[in-house]
Amino acid sequence: MVVGMEKPKKKIEISDLRVIYGRKEALKGITLDIFENEIFAIIGPAQSGKTTLLKVLNRTTDFVPGTQVKGTVKIDGENIKEVKNVYELRRKIGMVFPLPVGLPLSIYDNVAFAPRAAGIRNPGELNELVERCLRQAALWDEVKDRLDSLGTRLSGGQQQRLTIARALSHQPEILCLDEFSIAVDPVTTMRIEDVLKELRSQVTIILVTNLVQQARRLGDRTAFILDGELIEIDSNEVIFSNSPGNRMTYDYVMGNFG
Amino acid sequence: MHQQPETNNLDQPHANQNLFTETPFVGKKRRTEFMAKGVFFLMTVLMVVPLVLIVFYLFYKAFPILSIDFLFTNPTHGMRAGGIWAALLGTMYLVLISLLVSAPIGVLAAVYLNEYARDNWFTRIINLAVVNLAGVPSIVHALFGVGAFVLFARMGRSILAASLTLAIMTLPVIIAATKEALNAVPMAFREACWNVGASRWQTIRLIVLPNSISGILTGIILQVSRAAGETAPIMFTGAVFFKAISEGDVFAYGLFDQCMALSMHLFTISTQVPGVPEALPYGTAVVLLGSVLLVNMLAIVIRAFLRSRKKW
Repeated sequence: MVVGMEKPKKKIEISDLRVIYGRKEALKGITLDIFENEIFAIIGPAQSGKTTLLKVLNRTTDFVPGTQVKGTVKIDGENIKEVKNVYELRRKIGMVFPLPVGLPLSIYDNVAFAPRAAGIRNPGELNELVERCLRQAALWDEVKDRLDSLGTRLSGGQQQRLTIARALSHQPEILCLDEFSIAVDPVTTMRIEDVLKELRSQVTIILVTNLVQQARRLGDRTAFILDGELIEIDSNEVIFSNSPGNRMTYDYVMGNFG
Repeated sequence: MHQQPETNNLDQPHANQNLFTETPFVGKKRRTEFMAKGVFFLMTVLMVVPLVLIVFYLFYKAFPILSIDFLFTNPTHGMRAGGIWAALLGTMYLVLISLLVSAPIGVLAAVYLNEYARDNWFTRIINLAVVNLAGVPSIVHALFGVGAFVLFARMGRSILAASLTLAIMTLPVIIAATKEALNAVPMAFREACWNVGASRWQTIRLIVLPNSISGILTGIILQVSRAAGETAPIMFTGAVFFKAISEGDVFAYGLFDQCMALSMHLFTISTQVPGVPEALPYGTAVVLLGSVLLVNMLAIVIRAFLRSRKKW
């Protein structure tokens, strides 16, 4: 990414974010900005707070009893703590988690769930939306003849793509993917990665991944998080070079630890 | 890295010779497995035998008196002859009204406790109260019913007071069963809904309730047999020794009437009245058992139907 040509617009501004679950501090003061229409990768070993960071964004940490969120997170300049319509905030962010969750509904209803929950009833509009989302998630061709069969009966990889279709169905501006490729075969992973590259022009993508190579392939910039602390954040050229800013980053990327 | 390579049996040409001969360990394992299965099967048989015996014995003793007339006529000759119509209808009233009260309250309260309530001292006390109330003896509920409904609310001894007492008795169990059923719906479903901007209520209505309804219904219907079988809660609140009503009229009772009930009738004719023919109490027991089994059968059918639509 060429820096300095034009100043990219900040989509998400996180400053001094701390998240405490009971006694455990999951995030210990993270400060970073995410720009519009970039693929922002987050790497780091398990239990380092990557998923927590995503959950803060759409305020699903609200559902975890005993969670304290300190610091500020702004999306489009708005502090998410002061958002009145939290449902609108969540619709702005598409979430895909590691294990696919097909809702116990038909394939069609799985994708139409979010639009319906937002009050869209027009069948024509829904049909069009469902088809577009399933196409974007590279699932349409496999399921177009059985849209009314159960989403939970699909294979793991198909369910994950269904989950992605659902995450796209509320037309989010930000798409967060948390280890999306764990339950997906390599071929499908590559197809989804292609989809992500296409989507980049429309949405901001946050990609949490354990696969360092995936971050390298897809990301514009990458952040390395370890134990709730931000070790390094920079463009991929720097992070994956032989001399990133921090020795630990180099060791992690090279597979020497973690 | 000079680890001794593990001997991999599959790679060894001679490894196969052991595959089909039984080592002492495998023999023991097989015998233990056989014995374990045997013990479990024996216990199952042991459990079924008394159940079957009870049903057969009841039917055998009750056989001379069982007829359609027995169901649809009132007791006569000081309970020593006639049928059980007044008691049968009374039990139906009591069970139906008590469930009409306790099922909606119980299910909605359980939804609140399981889906909305935060884990704090207040909800913990409520949950503790529910669990403990479920264990309170029915005679205590009876005393509460006398104090609260018969005397304080001035309902007098009536079907309404007795039904409400039964409702109070069944409420905690319905709450507990409903919570159990709601809990069985995976948390991941709820999170997936919240993540796409659905409210809690939308999540409950579209995902949680449709997938727990069979468990909820089972919990409710199991309380039918409990409400039909208990004598203590209705004895002081609305059930009477004898009351003649018009035979064959299902609307023979009013809300503020007193009524007869099968459980109480069984109790009085087996212990309080001398000279009752032996078949009478057995016949009453068969009808009580039969109606409970009928309702349970209904529950099983409904549950099987809803299970077949269960989606994961």
